[in-house]
Amino acid sequence: MSEQVIELEVRDVTIKLHRAGSGPLVLFLHGAGGVPQWLPFFDLLAERYELLVPEHPGFGGSDDPSWIRSMPDLAMFYLDLLEEAKLDRVHVIGNSLGGWLAAEILIRDRSRFRSLVQLAPAGIRIKGVPGGDNFIWGPEEAVRNLYHDQSFADRILALTPSEPQMDLMLKNRFTVAKLGWQPRWFNPDLEKWLHRIKLPALIVWGEDDKIMPPAYGGLWRERLPDGRLVMIEECGHLPHVEKASLVARHVDDFLEGVVA
Amino acid sequence: MKLVSFHLMPYRPLDLAEAAKYRSPWVVLPNRLYDPVKGAEEYARHIDALVYAEELGFDAIGVNEHHQTAYGLMPAPNLIASALIQRTKRIKIAILGRALPLVNNPIYIAEEFAMLDNLSKGRIIAGFVRGIGSEYHSSGTNPYFSHERFHEAHDLIIRAWTEPGPFAFDGDHFSLHYVNLWPRPYQTPHPPVWIPSQGSSETVAWAAHPERKYPFLVTFSSGDLVARYHNGYRDQARQYGYEAAPDQLGWACPIYVAQTDELARKEAGRALETLFNDFLRQSFEMLMPPGYTSIGSMKNFIRNRTALGGGRLSAEALIDSGTALIGSPRTVLAGVERMRERTGFGILVALLQFGILSDDLTRRNMDFFAAEVMPHLKG
Repeated sequence: MSEQVIELEVRDVTIKLHRAGSGPLVLFLHGAGGVPQWLPFFDLLAERYELLVPEHPGFGGSDDPSWIRSMPDLAMFYLDLLEEAKLDRVHVIGNSLGGWLAAEILIRDRSRFRSLVQLAPAGIRIKGVPGGDNFIWGPEEAVRNLYHDQSFADRILALTPSEPQMDLMLKNRFTVAKLGWQPRWFNPDLEKWLHRIKLPALIVWGEDDKIMPPAYGGLWRERLPDGRLVMIEECGHLPHVEKASLVARHVDDFLEGVVA
Repeated sequence: MKLVSFHLMPYRPLDLAEAAKYRSPWVVLPNRLYDPVKGAEEYARHIDALVYAEELGFDAIGVNEHHQTAYGLMPAPNLIASALIQRTKRIKIAILGRALPLVNNPIYIAEEFAMLDNLSKGRIIAGFVRGIGSEYHSSGTNPYFSHERFHEAHDLIIRAWTEPGPFAFDGDHFSLHYVNLWPRPYQTPHPPVWIPSQGSSETVAWAAHPERKYPFLVTFSSGDLVARYHNGYRDQARQYGYEAAPDQLGWACPIYVAQTDELARKEAGRALETLFNDFLRQSFEMLMPPGYTSIGSMKNFIRNRTALGGGRLSAEALIDSGTALIGSPRTVLAGVERMRERTGFGILVALLQFGILSDDLTRRNMDFFAAEVMPHLKG
């Protein structure tokens, strides 16, 4: 499947947007790692949907405006983007930080959305159940702790990133710290508004997630008015990477139900 | 030359073999390894060593702030400064420094310094730092906003010291309706401000600015890096249109003096190695949390570190690189003079106790330094 890369200007910010497929609109909001490569999961979705994968401001090939200082800022930026690009009837999928972002957007304005898929989202907290501290982990540890199946980590660790790739990783890491260092990976004012996300929602969690504890899946299901939870066996923090076809199937079934 | 006797107050009874099993002696080292009975004795002995500096004729005693680490037992350096004030008469007390971005209301730092300045009748030197990277892990402070918070806290503290209160302070990080310091500082316009730093170019440009001209102290770097940072400050000052004075440039360096080079290395070598390999051991992720420096500075750091190679640093390597001055009076003096020729620096911050160095050797080192090195630097 060929993916198209376009630039989109919203206010004073130009972002990089990947696009593939046709059909109902699916917006994928990436996590802390950005979009360093096009994923098999994206190809699977693009078979039946028009898939948009933007790189958030501050990540990858997108601008890094200094006025975006928090997740709520980023959410408001996306509401501007949706309005300017006239995106409507959107199915949004978010992973980790991208799931947090999806929730921040939807509690503010869900009118342009039809459904939500959360893949191990950050954004809320259970007191006494801390997540993993991926800011203190070393480079190998950080990669290994993303996955249950270590062959995924082995393949990544065998690669030596080029200088431009290193630059992008640093850029992403800086933005992630800006948005998520304190309080770590959550907004204390998010959970109490999740009832406003009156949309069909699918929550997917790897049973062996070492970053966002699987217990958080239960809290999301409780707080979202119309959420169902699917736990994935032998899977870490990136279900769409580690179990791409299984997760794509779950998403497909879910979206089919919503669209029908 | 101004001479500061500086101390980190390490927890020397640390079980180094046990500590080596953990990621670092910072942030995550279980505090069951701290024994309060031994620790209390450490405080007493370290304070004795600090106080002794007055008798020996140093210009200042230096203390500093670090958190959640066996490297130093001074999370609240102003408490130590307060004790030192009561046990000394004339010597200056330099707090090198307090970490401004880590607090949520910098007024408390302004107040504490003002209190110390009154308690000591004007013997305080106020160091301002950002805290090292690990402190952003231990405090939870967002490193991305470290520079912003530092500058804003600095402005607030200087205004609190110098402007008639009450007034309002409208910052992005600190917003206060009433700034009205009781007590005001004893010194006019305020205690001297020094900036200890690991040499980031952003900090140099800021410290050297003509409005500030803050003395800039380079800590724990090879001789070449110290010279590069000092001369970077000099260049910056010239760009601002003035020549940096000697007392704008400081060098913090572990120093050990004995009769001969051989004896000095024998007595202090192991202690020096424990400072750099055991007490300072931190990963890149701990030292350089994202945003703590610019991306450019961070990449330089990665490059320098890769060039150094991994593994333990030997005392020999630390001495050869000019990171520490260990040797006979002649050797140590030559090391100081060489740096003075290279950079014209005028503040020597001598770390005369380091790592596991014992009380006896510390005392002997201080005596030797005062008798054999100090007169040449004071003359």
